[in-house]
Amino acid sequence: MKQLTVISGKGGTGKTSITAAFASLAKSAVFADCDVDAADLHLIFKPEIKKTMGFHGLKIADIDKDKCIDCKECFESCKFDAITKDITLIKESCEGCGVCAYICPSQAIKMVDRDSGFAYISDTRFVLMAHAMLNTAEEASGKLVTVVRENAKKLAEDKKKDLIILDGPPGIGCPVIASLTGVDLVLVVTEPTLSGIHDLERILDVARHFSIPAMVCINKFDINLDNTKRIEEYCKDNNIDVVGKLPYDTIITDAMVHEQSVIEFSDCSLADNIIKMWDNIRRNLTV
Amino acid sequence: MIISVASDKGGTGKTTVSTNIALSLENIQFLDCDVEEPNANIFLKAKIKEHEEVFLSIPEIDKDKCDYCGKCSEFCAYNALAVVPNNILVFPELCHSCGGCELVCPKKAITWNKRAIGIVDHGQTNDIDFYQGLLNVGESQAVPVIKALKRKIDKSKNVIIDVPPGTSCPVIESISGPDYCILVTEPTPFGLHDLRLAVEVVRHMHIPFGVIINRDGVGDDKVEYYCKKENIPILLKIPERKKIANLYSNGIALVNESHEWHEMFGLMYSRIKEEVN
Repeated sequence: MKQLTVISGKGGTGKTSITAAFASLAKSAVFADCDVDAADLHLIFKPEIKKTMGFHGLKIADIDKDKCIDCKECFESCKFDAITKDITLIKESCEGCGVCAYICPSQAIKMVDRDSGFAYISDTRFVLMAHAMLNTAEEASGKLVTVVRENAKKLAEDKKKDLIILDGPPGIGCPVIASLTGVDLVLVVTEPTLSGIHDLERILDVARHFSIPAMVCINKFDINLDNTKRIEEYCKDNNIDVVGKLPYDTIITDAMVHEQSVIEFSDCSLADNIIKMWDNIRRNLTV
Repeated sequence: MIISVASDKGGTGKTTVSTNIALSLENIQFLDCDVEEPNANIFLKAKIKEHEEVFLSIPEIDKDKCDYCGKCSEFCAYNALAVVPNNILVFPELCHSCGGCELVCPKKAITWNKRAIGIVDHGQTNDIDFYQGLLNVGESQAVPVIKALKRKIDKSKNVIIDVPPGTSCPVIESISGPDYCILVTEPTPFGLHDLRLAVEVVRHMHIPFGVIINRDGVGDDKVEYYCKKENIPILLKIPERKKIANLYSNGIALVNESHEWHEMFGLMYSRIKEEVN
């Protein structure tokens, strides 16, 4: 079984629209939406949820004020400033380490499960899909990504699919690393802006750090041809294939408004380009 | 006044907004808290003069004292310690530096080492006191870098914070504390969906806020309808124009090209200031 992660470093480069287009083309794949912070793939996929699982991230402190003797030990020991001087918990800051519960001399603090979100397994008009929703202001998005990936893997095994396509989150930190580790190929969707180039170089460094082969797609390549050239040269110097160059086209937004993938919505030249790119990626993955 | 500029969805124009406000005003302190992918300085062009490393504390085990009892690895909520027969392993990338292992160790075998996970840059440009955080490649914990940045806040200045995308820990750390939050979105289904999540976060944290619609003219009018229904002020609309996209692609701020935009961002800031006071 092969795994492909579509990622972008910078947000808003068209990553999710391109991933959705792949879904119309990949017949024998399972999808995993790993952008658990701002999951958007379901807006196109309209998944029919088959299974819902509660997700508990890290634990959280629960302070029993009746037992508290106000010794301030917990306040002084918390490295995350999650307990105020009047011994009130700041939920958003608690990282669930358990030091306060351990140090409390009157057993007034318990570590309890926190409801951090949900993981789902769904059926869509294209493919089967594992996705999730992290409650707002919650921690542990990396851990939830891992749950989504485990669900996708199990789905692929059960249904005998040979490819998992992961829609990754923006950035280079915890949830991104959780979406990247152990996959066979990373497709980085970038745009020819100075911000896009800066973020592309950083995300390619991350892929290199974890020894994952990468390919690049330049979206909206025609909005700045000089920058596009810069990206192509950078990729060439670093032995990375530019697997696709897509023109700027508002049809991507129009398709989104109609809750369709670009491939379903229109047989424009943009769609042709995406089909060619997908064939290249498929060959590279040998699926 | 401290203003944070956020958007749940990436690429909606958050950095466009934060840098243009900064370039329209005087006495500015700018913090780029998008430490995974900081872009603001592409537009602000501050000369970086100082670098400060951000460290996390990582346990070091004195193997002469350790008897491999396993109490530390049992306690560690992040699986950063593993005890195997006659050895103990530390996984620095997983450690949150909570200090628990030292507390539970019966042999007092644990001391602390520093590990660099990122840097805070400081520079100056025109009237802007500029700071940006940079998470090292391969590191997963953005929050300590953001915390280090936020210690630089100088309340005597007009502080502008560029917030990373999303709704989880790095975002919460970046937006806790400011007087006002600007949410930047685009008029598309993805934009609306993610705006709703961002609104949930700022309401949860009781921060007054308003919305800027970028790329106005594409997509549909559902974002505007949503804001009206929810009584959320729309502070500004930035139209979808090839010229604007091209300036952005070359790292040029709108207000440096047009006096009109300079006035609009300045006016918007004054209105926010009135509302906060």
